[in-house]
Amino acid sequence: MKDILVRIGGEGGEGVISCGEMLTTALARSSYDVYTFRTYPAEIKGGPAMFQVRTSDEPVLSQGKLADILVTFNEEAYKLHGHTIHPEGLLVYDPAHYQANGNFECYAVPLEQITLDVVKSKLGKNVVSLGVISRLLGLSLELLEKMVTDRFRKKGDLVVGKNIEALKAGYSYVDQHPFKKPVPKFEAVESPIKKVVMSGNEALSIGAIAAGCRYFGGYPITPASDILEFMDRELPKFGGSVVQTEDEISAIASVVGASYAGKKAMTATSGPGLSLMVEILGLATMSEIPVVVIDAQRGGPSTGLPTKMEQGDLNLAVFGSHGDAPRVVLAPGDVEECVPYIVHAFNIAEKYQTPVVFLTDQSLAHRTQTFVMQDFSKIPVINRLQPTAEELKDYMRFKAMPNGVSPMAIPGTEGGCYAATGLEHSEKGSPNFTPQIHTQMSKKRFKKIEEISKEKGFTTRFGPKKAKIGIIGWGSTQGALREGMELANKSGESVALLQCKMVYPLPEAEILEFIASVEKVVVAELNFGGQFNQILRAKFLIPTLSLTKCEGLPFYAEEILAKIKSVSAGEKADAGAVLARS
Amino acid sequence: MAHQTTDYKSDVKITWCPGCGDFAVLNALYQALASLDLDPKNVVVVSGIGCSGRLPIFVNSYGFHGVHGRVLPTAMGIKIGNPKMTVIAVGGDGDGLAIGGGHFPHAARRNIDITYIMLDNNIYGLTKGQASPTTLQTFQGKSSPYGVSEENLNPIALALAYDVSFVARGYSGQLKHLSDLIVEGVNHKGFSFIHTLSPCVVFNDTYKYYGKKVIPIAPYENTSNKMRALEMWQDKQHIFLGKFYKDETRQTFNERLRDIISQFPRDDAKYFKELVGRYS
Repeated sequence: MKDILVRIGGEGGEGVISCGEMLTTALARSSYDVYTFRTYPAEIKGGPAMFQVRTSDEPVLSQGKLADILVTFNEEAYKLHGHTIHPEGLLVYDPAHYQANGNFECYAVPLEQITLDVVKSKLGKNVVSLGVISRLLGLSLELLEKMVTDRFRKKGDLVVGKNIEALKAGYSYVDQHPFKKPVPKFEAVESPIKKVVMSGNEALSIGAIAAGCRYFGGYPITPASDILEFMDRELPKFGGSVVQTEDEISAIASVVGASYAGKKAMTATSGPGLSLMVEILGLATMSEIPVVVIDAQRGGPSTGLPTKMEQGDLNLAVFGSHGDAPRVVLAPGDVEECVPYIVHAFNIAEKYQTPVVFLTDQSLAHRTQTFVMQDFSKIPVINRLQPTAEELKDYMRFKAMPNGVSPMAIPGTEGGCYAATGLEHSEKGSPNFTPQIHTQMSKKRFKKIEEISKEKGFTTRFGPKKAKIGIIGWGSTQGALREGMELANKSGESVALLQCKMVYPLPEAEILEFIASVEKVVVAELNFGGQFNQILRAKFLIPTLSLTKCEGLPFYAEEILAKIKSVSAGEKADAGAVLARS
Repeated sequence: MAHQTTDYKSDVKITWCPGCGDFAVLNALYQALASLDLDPKNVVVVSGIGCSGRLPIFVNSYGFHGVHGRVLPTAMGIKIGNPKMTVIAVGGDGDGLAIGGGHFPHAARRNIDITYIMLDNNIYGLTKGQASPTTLQTFQGKSSPYGVSEENLNPIALALAYDVSFVARGYSGQLKHLSDLIVEGVNHKGFSFIHTLSPCVVFNDTYKYYGKKVIPIAPYENTSNKMRALEMWQDKQHIFLGKFYKDETRQTFNERLRDIISQFPRDDAKYFKELVGRYS
């Protein structure tokens, strides 16, 4: 099995990210699986940037930890990432920047001099580096040349030519200067399975269009802005419209308005924006209007860590509203799952006339993965229930129905006139504040959530059918948790994993079945307080153990393994949880 | 058969206080809709929160009674979502100039093809009498026992400065005139703003004050002359009623969005294929 992690570090603006992206595309086109991860500064120019790609001839589950190959664009990158080189790894550095020594192999490449010699400017170091890395990995030069040509074609022949020269210069330098580390060769393989490589933001945007989204209102915010840009560019091709609104409140208000008017509509934001949107999410719950809200979570409260990841918005997504305002919260497990689960988000929103919050995070938003794209014509799309001619004779927008879902008239429908309102209302939709109506309508809104909790396909179980330790995770940690579980099982532990893709309402049957099949439950998530753990404890009254991490970074498989070892050695749940059990 | 005003009356009991200016605005709206002969199923009346926020519930058409201050973005979403609808946004002075004040310039920039009737009662009525952004400084009330510390905003001045493409003022004391303005506002291609003086007889009865001050804008005034419009709002002796400004040369937001979409002949399968191809 080939499995290698390449990490590239440098200064923001030096081309670290573009070098990594081109490398990723080259690997994907050579039919290898990739899993990328990037960190970037909150500033536009300057500050440390890092891009890494883990690649394999088998599916890649997580971003990986130690670098097999580290490429530094400057000394600071070495200071930041030097300690992450595998003991048997390889460091590529420019001797003009610093002198390197370590147990790993230090491979000097005069990156800047080569660039100056070939391109006659400092710009192009990233493409020289791409040539160096590609040769180290044994990638096909022909394939790379074609890719570089495609990428720079718009800038003209001169630019294409310079970049090809830079690429070849890096590539041939390695030819002339042998290295010792045995690196598996990633030669191009012909594969009948055509895979795409894209980020979570791109995958969910395409999925949303496939699900029928035809209005998008959004306000720029890291790390969700590229969804707005994607929609700006692509949605008009499908007959849809996009508005960059004056703030997040306007974004969600326009989305609710467009959906009321009959269009499937979505917005995308991050935590600070979701904070602003919760009042109108309550309105959507109250007036039973389908909307989808993406929250690409970043780190910390307030402005926090705008370019880092965290799973800290769960409580806001689930409970953020005044009054009892139940809504649905989904969280895909990886980039590939962004496609089917955003379709689920629209389908649930439409079927149950409810807001759906779709939780991703900075890592999932911007990392790229390889996967097979579904056939769009086969994606099942559900549309909202509309009143029949018979029902329109005496139309009741909020008519009592067994599953809580009443037919929703679209403006323009004869006989369907009603006023959607955030006030408590009768079946007809008129304001009504009687005790009976408020109880009846609250039951209706919660009935829908109860029905949604019975929907299938919102958990994924990995590992043995029975196990000593069961990990429950949610959202984008799936790959790392799974890899941690597999490491543990190989080392003699007995571990299973249940990844929840619907975090509210809880897929009760699946979770109960999982709990019954394990002896101890560990809830793993990337926030400080253990938000999902609290929700699970409150629901199931079980003494779970909590694994949290609050560093602005994803889990590493090794951290999962360490926790399993600790639990296996007798680590107990905290006193509060044990009390709850007794 | 042409529609009658009664066709637009819903069967929900009206909850405004007796004598409220909003009754006249509602009746002017019924008359305007009848005069425009619009099918109720093709009209959406949208509102925020406040006394005037209840208005859509009293109209037999589609309606949307949303949250406080967000009537304009909600109405925009509705107009984009269903361009065939005639969208009429209503809201108060607090709704539109305090909590929702940030949306007004952007609705103007977009020239979204809706009509916005601001029912200005110079007070927060539904919360029982606090000063609003248009309350005069001399007003002494529960939240301003020593008078209002801030100067009052002038909605017409704001609309002119924001370059709203149709700016007019009506008065609940002149129902027929108001109704005619609404008709013209709805017919206007683009964003139309009708500032409507609608006194609150309970907390800030300005009928007497307005009665002495309102005068019609002379019929000879040129409504494409913005300097003249600005002069009129600065006249402290009078409150002008009528059309201040009108510009129908600008594209509406829906037209621009439609222009973008029409660059791409409908072929979803082709665009999906191209999209996926870009990531292969």
